[in-house]
Amino acid sequence: MFELLGVAPQALFAQLIVGLSNGAFYALLSLGLAVIFGMLNVINFAHGAQYMMGAFVAWMLLTYAGLPFWAALVIVPIVVGAFGLLIEKLLLSRLYQLDHLYGLLLTFGLALIIEGVFRHQYGVSGLPYANPLPGYLPLGFMNLPYYRGFAILFSLIVCLATWYTIEKTKLGAYLRAATERPDLVQAMGINVPRMLSLTYAFGVALAGLAGVLAAPIYSVTPLMGSSLIIVVFAVVVIGGMGSILGSILTGFGLGLVEGLTKVFYPPASNTVVFVIMVIVLLLRPQGLFGTPK
Amino acid sequence: MNGKNLEVLVMAGLFVLLLAAPFVVYPVLMMQMLCFALFASAFNLLIGYVGLLSFGHAMFFGGAAYITAHTVKVMGFPPEAGILAGTLAAAVLALATGVLAIRRQGIYFAMVTLALAQMVYFYCLQSPYTGGEDGIQGVPRGRMFGMIDLSNDLTLYYVVLAIFTFGFFVIYRTIHSPFGQVLKAIRENEPRAISLGYRVDQYKLMAFVLSGTLAGLAGSTKAIVFQLASLTDAAWQMSGEVVLMTLLGGLGTVIGPAVGAILIILMQEKFKTLGDWVLVTQGVVFVLTVLLFRKGIAGEIAAYATRIRR
Repeated sequence: MFELLGVAPQALFAQLIVGLSNGAFYALLSLGLAVIFGMLNVINFAHGAQYMMGAFVAWMLLTYAGLPFWAALVIVPIVVGAFGLLIEKLLLSRLYQLDHLYGLLLTFGLALIIEGVFRHQYGVSGLPYANPLPGYLPLGFMNLPYYRGFAILFSLIVCLATWYTIEKTKLGAYLRAATERPDLVQAMGINVPRMLSLTYAFGVALAGLAGVLAAPIYSVTPLMGSSLIIVVFAVVVIGGMGSILGSILTGFGLGLVEGLTKVFYPPASNTVVFVIMVIVLLLRPQGLFGTPK
Repeated sequence: MNGKNLEVLVMAGLFVLLLAAPFVVYPVLMMQMLCFALFASAFNLLIGYVGLLSFGHAMFFGGAAYITAHTVKVMGFPPEAGILAGTLAAAVLALATGVLAIRRQGIYFAMVTLALAQMVYFYCLQSPYTGGEDGIQGVPRGRMFGMIDLSNDLTLYYVVLAIFTFGFFVIYRTIHSPFGQVLKAIRENEPRAISLGYRVDQYKLMAFVLSGTLAGLAGSTKAIVFQLASLTDAAWQMSGEVVLMTLLGGLGTVIGPAVGAILIILMQEKFKTLGDWVLVTQGVVFVLTVLLFRKGIAGEIAAYATRIRR
């Protein structure tokens, strides 16, 4: 078999698939952040905790109710989204008139609460979640694990469906209009507060969905959200939150870059996204897809 | 009596209390409070007076702690040189990260600082000098200037009090200087400050470096007091903790952050046995403060005092 820059192609392609599936989570999470930020002007710091909740709810459904992964894939986003709805109605909606920073601080507090409760209940060692699609597809140049392939494809479909809804449908037009001029849209008889609640719930549901998808790949632990969300913040800074398609592309692209770094220079794989963020800040401070203000 | 005189009077009273405190309270706990009070006050310089929320101040605190621990333990620096080295390193780090971070505003600034701090965290985790998960332990306290023996808790307490007072005084003078007034102008209305001819970015950078340097001073001092530099000092939770201390005490108030730091340290001390509930309690304090008293303790008291005087 041929070698590429001294790396066996099997290892290279395997890491590319790992990178792409990580990128799928980056894309789902940064998309949720971008949707929430676009409508509510709130950076949802609890996004990582809600992702972790998604994985835990899937684990609970399997362990306590015997419901398989495929059922969890439908139930979990609804449960986690409903939790988000509650947070928006009870807490976040009181802060819209204030500086954006208070939304960040509030959701940071929520993240600490959620993480603390789960840590108390389940400890910090991971809980295993059985792979619903074991085995792999032998492609000759590499073996494609079924589940990773499914996770990448599924999140790509969800991302594109979200993009289509926001950019091409009537509902999306209302949403974009309410982002620009909530007062005018309200005057046209559209219930803007309800749209805000549902948007937050939808963004949180995306995080929950990412959590379910992640459960069979990573072990389910209360810490899985906080370490990931910081990388996702860097992804958001790199992409800029102005464009939906941009955050999807940036998410997948950075996952890929991270996977390649693991092949060619492993010690930097933890920090490569941050290094790219630094370079982007130097060359194009508004982000790859952002517009200068 | 006007507001400023009252402020000075309160601070003088607190200083006398601090002089007497180690005879009543366990000195190590007092030193921990002073280190975090300085850390929170330094952080407040940025959020309270420039309106920039940094979510990465642990990198200065933890980074300086590591440099101090390394120079004192491995290179045999005396404690005062170790603290100086840690503080200078924090200043250099603040300059490098500040240049990047001030290129974005508001929420992005918070995310950029958080990501940069995570980079420093990974460096601390992987670098051969930092002892990985264990951190640098058993740092000798040594003799300051070759004669003051710091192994005595009471002696060390007064050294820490002197460092705290110095740092606090620098912050106090900065806030009340013309420089501080320009910072407040930037916080209130950045476009207007620009149109008045102020080089806003330079002011922001200077405030960022000053804040990071003093946070480093706090971290270096902490490394000497606890004879330890660990990953906890550089982790994102530490950045969150200092935000909480400042928010609870009062953003943009002079003594609020110190009050908040003391309360949070006391809370951690009280709930030490409760394990993960400390995290939950901190989260609850965050949520309640944001929802119910955004001005923080010192801010609400000041607002109350103004209302009474009318």
